[in-house]
Amino acid sequence: MTQTVSRPDGAQQVPLPLDVEAIRADFPILSRTVRDGKKLVYLDSGATSQKPRAVLDAERWFYENVNAAPHRGAHQLAEEATGAYEAARATIGAFIGAPEREIVFTRNTTEAINLVAYALSNAATSKEPEFRTYAVGQGDEIVVTEMEHHANLVPWQQLCERTGATLRWLGLTDDGRLDLSDLATVVNERTKLVAVTQQSNILGTINPLGEIVARAHKVGALVLVDGAQSVPHQRVDVTELGADFLVFSGHKMLGPTGVGVLWGRYDVLDKLPPFLTGGSMIEVVRMEGSTFAAPPQRFEAGVPMSAQVIGLAAAVEYLQALGMDRVEEHEKALTGYALEKLAEIPGVTVIGPPDTVARGGAISFTVEGIHPHDVGQVLDDHGIAVRVGHHCAWPVVRRYGVPATTRATFYVHTGYDDIDALADGIRAAQKFFGTV
Amino acid sequence: MQLESMYQEIILDHYKNPHGRGLRDPFEAEVHHVNPTCGDEVTLRLHLEGETIADVSYEGMGCSISQASISAMYDLVLGKSVHEALAAGEDFVTLMQAKGDLTVAEKLEDTLEDAVAFAGVSKYPARIKCALMSWMALKDASARALSTQSTPALSATHPTAPTGGTA
Repeated sequence: MTQTVSRPDGAQQVPLPLDVEAIRADFPILSRTVRDGKKLVYLDSGATSQKPRAVLDAERWFYENVNAAPHRGAHQLAEEATGAYEAARATIGAFIGAPEREIVFTRNTTEAINLVAYALSNAATSKEPEFRTYAVGQGDEIVVTEMEHHANLVPWQQLCERTGATLRWLGLTDDGRLDLSDLATVVNERTKLVAVTQQSNILGTINPLGEIVARAHKVGALVLVDGAQSVPHQRVDVTELGADFLVFSGHKMLGPTGVGVLWGRYDVLDKLPPFLTGGSMIEVVRMEGSTFAAPPQRFEAGVPMSAQVIGLAAAVEYLQALGMDRVEEHEKALTGYALEKLAEIPGVTVIGPPDTVARGGAISFTVEGIHPHDVGQVLDDHGIAVRVGHHCAWPVVRRYGVPATTRATFYVHTGYDDIDALADGIRAAQKFFGTV
Repeated sequence: MQLESMYQEIILDHYKNPHGRGLRDPFEAEVHHVNPTCGDEVTLRLHLEGETIADVSYEGMGCSISQASISAMYDLVLGKSVHEALAAGEDFVTLMQAKGDLTVAEKLEDTLEDAVAFAGVSKYPARIKCALMSWMALKDASARALSTQSTPALSATHPTAPTGGTA
């Protein structure tokens, strides 16, 4: 049950909006033990989330009852599989306030970003004049930020290498925020696309996208928002967002691996050439050449990851039943508590915003005198799963002058007891390595 | 608590007081290796006198396992022939593949000296790369130094790390 007592040592336990014990019962994996019988404390949802039984059941239901290739065949199973697949598209679209025709299924966030990056370079050589609308070439600029995950950096570096465009970026402030002081010069009339994360996977920072979107659209640039760490943890509505693309992964939001989402404004998607080509994305195929289907099918070549899409819809329904506003509030309470608990430990430094203002629940930290790998190893010995390393955001750790960090991330099943375990584990690491 | 099986006292000693640390002249080869999954790094220089390893100098940053491994390797290979050092490296790889089987460590104790203390690391697959990084760097530097000896025009370079490439 929700704990309401504040402990005398300072960190405040406000009542949590979610019933952690009831939620934990929905996640079979949380009942297992690790490292010789220790209770699993899973603080690595930012890398991948655990799956509630409802998601596992949905995948099993699909395979046991309706399995067939969607959009192919006229038999009953094919009809039902197509129906389930498209119903899932509608559910997932509604979750972010988007019509189903603007939802493209990909393998994950990484593939969704690559889809857009390749479409922009394919545009330059497209025979279809309309497909050349957003072509990127020499003299054009792509803008990213210094806090991007490698998945929202390397594809743009590669796009620039393929096309001769120039990559520019917004830097960071010392307290882990985007430095927007040069927004007006970095995003200019040469900018074709701005790619920016909504929530940093390493710093936890929630970015002021409104200002960036407004500037980008003023100069006629497209905006792609990396929602891999935001869509699972806060209410996101594409109309309010105002961007042109939003990308996210199913596996970080209680869904299966192998399914991600590209949302794109229909009028933009409609003018993009395909990325992957093959079956089911075509209109007419002749030996001399082919024409392509309308979005979203244009971007879904091959038999899709049907069971995973059905599983992701079940994850979305699970989150909707909890309420995304409550999920966000829950994590905010945990984040505030964790920041206070970590501040009480001498030698622990948080890399990222020090309070809960415009901040999500990814908390990266260093422990003086102990390498993050070694911190992670001691935590693991206590049954606590965290991420260590550069978190696929190497420029960020370089920016803050540390070789790597230890990162704890929270989700719907996280409670104050998990954070207490983390704090105790850090103290144990300090004792083990003799730094205190 | 299983931690002690990996973090042997001898490893923590090497970590806190590394042997042979620092980059020194002369050298015939310098290599830079990284462990891209976690950001461990080492720059390693090798100085040969004939076939004998006269010096291994290094700078690195990373976890206790990666840094202690370099220090223990320094002690082990100094004064040995390149051939003997690479053979010790093969033994170290064998130790890392032992999955915690202590009989493997017992057999290698004489050849690996302090480095046999890393036996416990083999139980933790995620940490094996940390321990191996220095040995991979030495192997790479040896190949370069020997090719420099035969073709003196070659200069030291910074290759892509065979431990996984540059991320």
